[in-house]
Amino acid sequence: MTSRPSLYAAALLILQRDLRLAVRRPGEWLQPVAFFICVTLLFPLALDPAPERLRQLAPAALWIAALLSSVLAIDFLFREDGRDGTLEQFALSGQSFTGLVLAKTLTHWLLTGLPLAVAAPLAAVALGAPTAAIPGVLLALLLGSISLSLLGSIGAGLTLGLRRGGTLVSLIVLPLAIPALVFGAQATDLAIRSEPAAAPLYLLAALAVLGLTLAPVASAAAVRIGLE
Amino acid sequence: MNWVWFHRFGSPPYFYAVAGRIVPWLAWPAGLLIVAGLYGGVVMAPPDYQQSDAARIMYVHVPAAYVGLMSYTVMAISAAIGLVWRLKVCHAVAAACAPIGASFTAVCLITGMLWGQPMWGAWWVWDPRLVSMLVLLFFFIGYMGLRGAIDDVQRADRASAVLASVGIINVPIVHYSVVWWNSLHQGASLIRKGGPAMPASMWVPLVLVIFGFTFYFYAVMLVRARAEVLRRDRGGSWVRELLTAPEQPK
Amino acid sequence: MSQFLYMSGYAAYVWPSIGLTLALLVFNILWARQLTRDAQAEARRRIASEDAS
Repeated sequence: MTSRPSLYAAALLILQRDLRLAVRRPGEWLQPVAFFICVTLLFPLALDPAPERLRQLAPAALWIAALLSSVLAIDFLFREDGRDGTLEQFALSGQSFTGLVLAKTLTHWLLTGLPLAVAAPLAAVALGAPTAAIPGVLLALLLGSISLSLLGSIGAGLTLGLRRGGTLVSLIVLPLAIPALVFGAQATDLAIRSEPAAAPLYLLAALAVLGLTLAPVASAAAVRIGLE
Repeated sequence: MNWVWFHRFGSPPYFYAVAGRIVPWLAWPAGLLIVAGLYGGVVMAPPDYQQSDAARIMYVHVPAAYVGLMSYTVMAISAAIGLVWRLKVCHAVAAACAPIGASFTAVCLITGMLWGQPMWGAWWVWDPRLVSMLVLLFFFIGYMGLRGAIDDVQRADRASAVLASVGIINVPIVHYSVVWWNSLHQGASLIRKGGPAMPASMWVPLVLVIFGFTFYFYAVMLVRARAEVLRRDRGGSWVRELLTAPEQPK
Repeated sequence: MSQFLYMSGYAAYVWPSIGLTLALLVFNILWARQLTRDAQAEARRRIASEDAS
């Protein structure tokens, strides 16, 4: 019986490994952010860019772009590791598979959700939000993108290795993401209108916590099924 | 407590035989209840004092909504049981629920639109109940999409069972988030609340149709589940005995 | 009778709703039957091919 590292150490190893991989393959985390900015850019072009109208539209534009971008990015979560057998090694490692999947998902959030939250205030300001709204928008996207990454991990696990996975993931994840969209857009809207946004932010935080406790179990089960 | 009956239900030949015997006992009451309820609702019940005869759409709309929600629940519970105890029969039942539930949900939405146009003056209103039903339809579509995308039957069963379980946890969250969203954007619901209680001539037919649709759902679901069990076990010896027996079942 | 069919002006909404629902009920029955027939035919084919070999 060889001693194995604690779950915490294993999670840190996954974090380091995935961050190193991300440095070598910057496209994986740069593309979703670029996509996010690109989609928000389309909204003013599709409408007439009257500042008042843009400001009204900004929460919807930001959140729909964030949703689409996270669904696009989730493809990178398990694909490579599923293909080269890394996930199978995880499953055989004797560590809690749920814990390892959670570590991977959180690393994925660091690489895709965090840049999204950082880019969102810029996009919001470009859409006419006052600079005072920046903390609110940042916080809303930070909390919301955690839920999106966790829900996405379920979708990615379920469609692991499927040929027609792409549209299916969005079909599975987008309806699940409706609560995050509702509360996130509401918080962003209140922040942009310089009103207190605490209530929807608390609800977003509640969703994130609920997701942190339940989603890893589901996505770990899904990945295991996909590996069989 | 003796659990033998439960394990027997997990055996495909037993399920196939028992379900086949139950189906007529569900199908005939279903037909009678639906006919009686629709006759009572569409022909005999008085027109609603506010909505006149347009309220008769209720007698198909509400039962369809009920069966749509019920079939998702049955599907998710059955899928979860199948996932935990690895019962093939439960997965077959879950697979059988999805298309029926999706079609009832779709009918609920369409009849809701046909009701909404004369009453609210719009085909579609962003009412939380309508939105929740629409999301339910998407859950069904996602479930069937996932099932269809996976070739291996066992994997399809188990993956879709995970999705159904996640979905059933999400249904209430989605519903309350939409209610909350609606209360901020739109004020009170357009459907009257706390109105006068329905007279018996109206709610009795409604209840009859609801029961009728429920029986109907279980009857059709069992027929589909039997077909599913047969398809999965087509190489099994019990299927051979069943189909090559002298007196062939219908 | 025509009074009844007229549905005090809502005929265009009431009858399609009911018709659609009944059509769905019939369709689901036919669909389930077809699945049963397909499954039985498939199993018979398989048995026949096993017996032949």
